[in-house]
Amino acid sequence: MPKLTIDDSEVEVEPGLTVLQACEQAGIEIPRFCYHERLSIAGNCRMCLVEMERAPKPVAACAMPATNGMVIRTNTPAVEKMRRAVMEFLLINHPLDCPICDQAGECDLQDQAMAYGLDHSRYRETKRAVKDKNFGPLIKAVMTRCIHCTRCIRFSTEIAGVQELGATGRGENMEVGTYVEKALASELSGNMIDLCPVGALTSAPYAFRARSWELRKTESVDVMDAVGSNIRVDVRGAEVMRILPRLNEDVNEEWISDKSRFACDGLRHQRLDRPYLRDGGKLRPATWDEAFAAIAEKVKATKGKGIAAIAGDTVDCEAMTALKDLMAALGSPHLDCRQDGAHLDASRRAGYLFNTSIAGIEQADACLLIGTNPRIEAPIINARLRKRFLAGGFPVALIGEETNLTYDHKYLSADPKVLNEIASGAHPFAKVLNKAKQPMLILGMGALARQDGAAILAAARKIAEDSGMVNGGWNGFNVLHTAAARVGGLDLGFLPGKKMGGRDVAGILDGASMGEVEIVYLLAADEIDMDRLGGAFVIYQGHHGDAGAGRADVILPGAAYTEKNATYVNTEGRAQLARLATYPPGEAREDWKIIRALSAALGKALPFDTLQQVRARMTEINANFADTGVVAAAPWGTFGKEGQLDPVPFASRLANFYMTDPISRASPTMAKCTEVFVNSGQRRTGTDG
Amino acid sequence: MSGETGMPPADFAFTSKNKKLAKAVIAKYPKGRQASAVMPLLFLAQRQSGGWLPTAAMEHVAGIIDMPPIRVYEVATFYSMYNLRPVGKHHVQVCTNLSCWLRGSDEVVDSCRKTLGIDFGETTEDGLFTFSEVECLGACVNAPMMQIGDNYFEDLDATATEGILNVLKGGGTPKPGPQGGRRGCEPAGGLTTLTEKPEGQGERSGDA
Repeated sequence: MPKLTIDDSEVEVEPGLTVLQACEQAGIEIPRFCYHERLSIAGNCRMCLVEMERAPKPVAACAMPATNGMVIRTNTPAVEKMRRAVMEFLLINHPLDCPICDQAGECDLQDQAMAYGLDHSRYRETKRAVKDKNFGPLIKAVMTRCIHCTRCIRFSTEIAGVQELGATGRGENMEVGTYVEKALASELSGNMIDLCPVGALTSAPYAFRARSWELRKTESVDVMDAVGSNIRVDVRGAEVMRILPRLNEDVNEEWISDKSRFACDGLRHQRLDRPYLRDGGKLRPATWDEAFAAIAEKVKATKGKGIAAIAGDTVDCEAMTALKDLMAALGSPHLDCRQDGAHLDASRRAGYLFNTSIAGIEQADACLLIGTNPRIEAPIINARLRKRFLAGGFPVALIGEETNLTYDHKYLSADPKVLNEIASGAHPFAKVLNKAKQPMLILGMGALARQDGAAILAAARKIAEDSGMVNGGWNGFNVLHTAAARVGGLDLGFLPGKKMGGRDVAGILDGASMGEVEIVYLLAADEIDMDRLGGAFVIYQGHHGDAGAGRADVILPGAAYTEKNATYVNTEGRAQLARLATYPPGEAREDWKIIRALSAALGKALPFDTLQQVRARMTEINANFADTGVVAAAPWGTFGKEGQLDPVPFASRLANFYMTDPISRASPTMAKCTEVFVNSGQRRTGTDG
Repeated sequence: MSGETGMPPADFAFTSKNKKLAKAVIAKYPKGRQASAVMPLLFLAQRQSGGWLPTAAMEHVAGIIDMPPIRVYEVATFYSMYNLRPVGKHHVQVCTNLSCWLRGSDEVVDSCRKTLGIDFGETTEDGLFTFSEVECLGACVNAPMMQIGDNYFEDLDATATEGILNVLKGGGTPKPGPQGGRRGCEPAGGLTTLTEKPEGQGERSGDA
């Protein structure tokens, strides 16, 4: 272990670190612009210059490996002078537009100019100006502010895997851009906004909407996909202004997808802010009492078997717990949380989880993707796969729709029969899996939400068992969910009651169209075929006026994910807490409270009055809810149902990455992205192959 | 030449002759490192499209060596010898760096301005000449100098410059190299050392 002296104190660091990292470990802050721990080292901003004994010139701490016996000084007058000089050079061509810059208040250049810069400018000449670029509907580029740190270029090349940004020209004429004008086609492009140390790249939808110091910050989790990215919700007044990632090495590192980041403006549109009742074919505003009375009247006239409930994709676990208990009290076994009809087997937890865990991907040494396109279903997980791929020795094969995953992969086929070939060991990739020490497979909803989903699940389990994916502490069997509520629903058993002949989603829809199911309770469920609900009395509880609300007979206004304290379980089985950042609009309420109040109106009062009591009930149903933020290994077992595979080729479940749920469908920003990236000539390679 | 129409060409493909040359260039580099061939290929593409590089040509090169187009744009915009806008038939590049300037490059520049009627970065209306200011081309010993097409014209003054440009205007081929009468980069006023015949067995050159 190299031992070096930094500012007269001796430090011992792990081998392979740079001087800058060693200084950080010693608790000494080194200013920097271009250096970022998750990107390759560029060493071009020169802000991190330090003095090194026996070196003729100052060295860039970010690019200098820490070695034994080095003597580094970071606090000498010479270092201070160097920092002032570098700062002065950087500011020569930087405009003095902080008052109209969105980065102000959270700008590295501003902060470091305060800390290390000169208090005045000696520069009297004209500054250079750069033409602004058009990077699409998400990123606003003011390139005159760019200090050429190249973080955005390195991010798009290395992490996002989309080589479109570069530095053209040289010297004073160097510009960061795409050369030929085009919108940045990456599902992770928003992260460049966070990486940019100045105001060159800022959020386009957030432009001129708020100042960073006016915002109230709440730590929460995202529900746009099943990754459960950790986010920070920034609110001014009652409005969610923006969403930023929060560091969690086990889940999203420090990235979030563009949908997680930019769909939040959908929270301002099409909101259900009061109860509605259908009167003479038309919805009219109503009071909570009227709405409850209408439901009570209908429920009293219906047997338990005539009532059904479907939970949507962004529903929290508290609400599902309350609704499950209410349905039990009403004597109905018909409830389901799998809107897409995925044949997930809840009998074994290992059978529906991403068992390897997201961070565990980095330990895998071979990967088989089945019926999934992680790039649009879970961009964060795709970024991890790419990170693992870049480390080398990671063969990836894809069964499903051919697409650009941003890393090399072997495309096998879209035909499910390949699964049998791999399971029997006849396929060449079966040998690759067998040879690997820690192989993994990812099973997507495109494979499970089919008629033969259960048989595919069983075939995947067989592949996992035969190729040694489950051994010792390693579990390489993974299901990649697309709905944030799905694992929570399965953990809570929000599923058809087996003993009483409960109906699943397809059964409920069949029953409703045939008149056997008279009341359907849609808990924010919008992705089903509303036409098949027939003459059923539909109760819709949710936050957006989407498909479900359009069909409803009674609308109960609920809260979106930023407006409640709620639990979500991500695809790994990690229970995480979302926190209330702002209150639901108008008369809308937290969802479990609505169900609790409704239960009283129905004369079946649920036995919980506080959030703590609901969570105690959740833990009673499934002990995994006791610990939030962690993943418990699920024991292996038999799941799925062996059977014939349908020869229909696998198809991707998500056609449009930008619009997958009521919030993103209501978002003007996501509509613009759909226009630019999905509908226009510039298609994302991820969606069209 | 496509540049004369004012519209950049939408398509570009190497001619069969250049395709062969490109193949030979790529073969110089180890397998998997074919991106190293980017600069010679760009130069080849520039020659084929009349002295400049349209975006379509850069994309064609990127496709051949399996390189993301942006990486090729980066290379092409970095080096000043790749012209990203159409140039005239004769690209007159005058060096104004220190050595040439001390030896009278201002005179050469003025002469070009006067003879061609254009300034730096401009092209004559007939599309015959483009006039550029360049940095050192490595012929300081024969300063001042300029490059036209593939040839260096050295030891210039106002009259020599005008003469060369007028020959080109008339469709002729001016004599490249030093214009003042000396050979190569010999001392301008004749030899000052080693004037006598070398003695002994070391004798090699007969005309020293």
